Amino acid sequence: MKAYLMYPDRDLDLEQPLPFNEEDLVQDLELTTLWNAMARGDKFLYRVAKYAILTGLKNPEEIGYRQEILQDCLSHPEVIREMYQIPIEAMENKRKNWMGIFTYHPSGILSSSIEMMEMFLDELRKLRRIAEEHASTFASRGFRAFFEMIQKELDDSFFLEAIEHLKALKFRQGVLLGARLGMGNEGKDYVLLKMPEKKRRSVSDIVLRKKPVYSFHISEWDDAGARALSELKDRGINLVANALAQSADHVDSFFRMLQTELAFYIGCLNLYEKLKEMGCQVAFPSPAPMTERKHSFRGLYDVCLALTMKQKVVGNDGRGDGKELVIITGANQGGKSTLLRGIGLAQLMMECGMFVPADEFSANVCAHLFTHFKRKEDASMKSGKLDEELNRMSDIVNHLIPHSIVLFNESFASTNEREGSEIGRQITSAFLDRHIKVFFVTHFYEFAHNFYIQRDERFLFLRAERKSGGKRTFKLIEGEPLSTSFGEDIYSTVFGNTSPAPELATQESAT
Amino acid sequence: MTSFLSILFLDREIAEQAESAEQPAYFPDLNLDQAIKEMISGRQDYRLKPYFYTPLHDIDQILYRQEVGKDLENPLLMGEIRAFAEQMVLVRRYLGLIDQLYFKNHKEGWFLESVLAYGNAVEGLAAGISSVELQSRGLKALRGYLRDYVTSDQFCAMMAEARKIKHELTSIQYCIHIKGNGVQVRSYEAEPDYSQEVEQTFLKFKQGAVKDYHLKIGRAGMSSVEAQIVDCVAKLYPEIFSALNRFCQAHLDFIDETVRGFDREIQFYLAYDEFISRLKQAGLKFSYPRVSNTEKTVWAYEAFDIALANQCVALALPIVTNDFELGENERIIVVTGPNQGGKTTFARMFGQIHYLASLGLPVPGQEAHVFLCDQIYTHFEKEEDIRNLRGKLQDDLVRIHEILKHATSDSILILNEIFTSTSLKDAAFLSKRVMEDISQLDAFCVWVTFIDELTSYQKKTVSMVSTVLPDNPVIRTFKVIRKPADGISFAIHIAKKYRLTYEQIKERIPG
Repeated sequence: MKAYLMYPDRDLDLEQPLPFNEEDLVQDLELTTLWNAMARGDKFLYRVAKYAILTGLKNPEEIGYRQEILQDCLSHPEVIREMYQIPIEAMENKRKNWMGIFTYHPSGILSSSIEMMEMFLDELRKLRRIAEEHASTFASRGFRAFFEMIQKELDDSFFLEAIEHLKALKFRQGVLLGARLGMGNEGKDYVLLKMPEKKRRSVSDIVLRKKPVYSFHISEWDDAGARALSELKDRGINLVANALAQSADHVDSFFRMLQTELAFYIGCLNLYEKLKEMGCQVAFPSPAPMTERKHSFRGLYDVCLALTMKQKVVGNDGRGDGKELVIITGANQGGKSTLLRGIGLAQLMMECGMFVPADEFSANVCAHLFTHFKRKEDASMKSGKLDEELNRMSDIVNHLIPHSIVLFNESFASTNEREGSEIGRQITSAFLDRHIKVFFVTHFYEFAHNFYIQRDERFLFLRAERKSGGKRTFKLIEGEPLSTSFGEDIYSTVFGNTSPAPELATQESAT
Repeated sequence: MTSFLSILFLDREIAEQAESAEQPAYFPDLNLDQAIKEMISGRQDYRLKPYFYTPLHDIDQILYRQEVGKDLENPLLMGEIRAFAEQMVLVRRYLGLIDQLYFKNHKEGWFLESVLAYGNAVEGLAAGISSVELQSRGLKALRGYLRDYVTSDQFCAMMAEARKIKHELTSIQYCIHIKGNGVQVRSYEAEPDYSQEVEQTFLKFKQGAVKDYHLKIGRAGMSSVEAQIVDCVAKLYPEIFSALNRFCQAHLDFIDETVRGFDREIQFYLAYDEFISRLKQAGLKFSYPRVSNTEKTVWAYEAFDIALANQCVALALPIVTNDFELGENERIIVVTGPNQGGKTTFARMFGQIHYLASLGLPVPGQEAHVFLCDQIYTHFEKEEDIRNLRGKLQDDLVRIHEILKHATSDSILILNEIFTSTSLKDAAFLSKRVMEDISQLDAFCVWVTFIDELTSYQKKTVSMVSTVLPDNPVIRTFKVIRKPADGISFAIHIAKKYRLTYEQIKERIPG
């Protein structure tokens, strides 16, 4: 029995390897902020959110499958949360009462398995009730199949059969074993046999019985004999105890699987409610196939910045369809990094089937997402800063494949403009030839200008807007790279020659 | 029947003498005690020590073993023999078990297993070697013997009956009904396996592998209850069990003495082969030496100390091989050079090769020609014995005297750093006297010494030197090379490295 709520044909695997650049992505895109909002302090929700977001889907079809399910969730939040409580409750009960099945006696294993199975059956009944009550109001393919499966597999005959077993396993009729003679005439291949239906036996039955029966008794005071007999009985019980304990584990694993699959949507619900409360807009994106080049958005904002500031933040528009290279230049602290992070976050959220922080968003999925952000000085002093940067770059190149996206943020700024630009130029040009989409935030005029003069249609240039008088809007506009980064403005802000807008002051601390 | 005495000996008398052989006195000096211990470990039951303690003094005897050893290089044959040996281990184990058992049906059951294993062992080997190409007199004779044995009426009848009884016992299926203290035993009547039914009910929840809750129940063997159950089974099937009883009475001594002897003796080859195959895997070579008792020339190439090599292989350390060669009138190898440079190892190697050759075994080295000596004498530096009041020097002389008294021109002498407890002048004087005696004797000798003069004292001597890296004298090569002793001590090598030798200082200081 599978829920198939995350993929149409498989489970979410929390053991699968995460991308090699997991740590960079978490750090550069501030993903923990997003996951914390989804988890609301729940470790399991956090873990599932992390896995789902870092192992996104590369097929727009599959993304659509999840988007439908998520839309169902957004319209029936109470049902989803109620359903999510079932596996939680089953596992809570188990944890409280059993601490797992471990004992050194088969009859102990058997009796705790029976009790656990009785408890599981109660939870399974709840699940079937929800399916019966709500199935008709869900529209997604995923949920329709799921509810249908529950109603079919957890039908009345299943519950009857299960109860029958739990009764028979109390062995009121004694234990019937089957065996063969092994080496040295020792009994082997013990199996627990099903006791024949009890019939009233008449005297003639016994007389007519062809096969003889031989029997003996262990006397009351034969301790060794009694031990040996119960050991033999245990051999039979051992087998069925294992069967039932494993069955209980199977049900348990079913609940775990269900919890995992629902956890992602609970996380999405949590985030959705939070953003709604802050008045932030979200939209379901339209993903395009990997080989296409699409990147158009309206009102795209950095969801982590919004969550940190606990308020609505400025969004950006962009028309990047058909573009392979986007170079973002302009004023310091003008929202360049924020936009870059927004693009990265939206990409990951889109690919895992979530809504994105924008009014509108469409982009092609990518093979892998990489970030190469400027880092603080290496504290261990093991390598120089440019060494460190190039080393990280080389790691990325080890893993790069066509149709990936690389986000550069002030890369190679640890050397001078000429060298940094040349390194950047060579790397970027090579990436373009390998069909790798590049977003490059830089204050290197020489680097940006070099690409600008090529007048290539695949290139897009965005610039942090600066109104006259130095005021920043945090809006980026299309435009030619300019040769200064307005460091003066920042200087004067810090040293207090001009009074900064209140909005600006808070954003500075967050970027 | 084809006659076959032994796979190790041509002569019954020598075979019988070998049983009481003690470890030769020189074993510890040559580290042969370590190597042999390693070879026979895990084979205690075969009592192989006497064979390894019995050097052969007859060329034809040695060839008899070399032929067998060469035949055994065929992995097909080796496989057959190993399979035979494994089965024979079971034969003995099952027979040994019977003495510890109480119940008749149990004992007879294991007796039957022992006969079955024996039949498999003998028939398997007879069939296995029937089509293998053999050159050795020993294995050819064995093949003839086995062919006659396994086709003998007596053997065939015994095995046919054993297998028939086993087949019938195996086909018995019975049921045990345990209720309270009562046990009923009857034939199996196709009752279904209940564990499987339980499993089936809950299998739909399975998500993946789960823990195995099977407990390990019951020891090997049979309790009184199990014995009573088997007694009941015997009553259910009386013909089968009485046939078993008759069979056991009729075949109390079923193992053929020649087969038993071969099973033990062949382990001599297997033990050695197993030991050297580990060394071979490390790239070391072994070869069958040409053995002569008339030609007094000896040589070996790429040879090594097997005890040291065995340790090195275990620690994955490299092993250095060495060559030696004594021509027509050369008898004495004098080894000099820096300490810890491989001199003692070289001396041991010389002794080991001659000893192993006299066992009819392959010796370390790519190619070897050895002299079949009448005795090996060693004198290695020993801890001073305080009970010995004669003092160290006197003790040395007494031991040397003993050796010279018994040694003949066919002996091999290995002397390692003798006379170290006296002045260089005394040591030189005494050594020269001893060397004259050895030379007179015309025996082979390896002499490790720090006295350079000895290397060229005699026409019969050959000088060999343990060497160091020319440009870094701190590093020993462990190569012992035939060349005149250079008379330069180790300290000079170090001075050279710092360009402080006489010539270097002259060169550095312009004259």
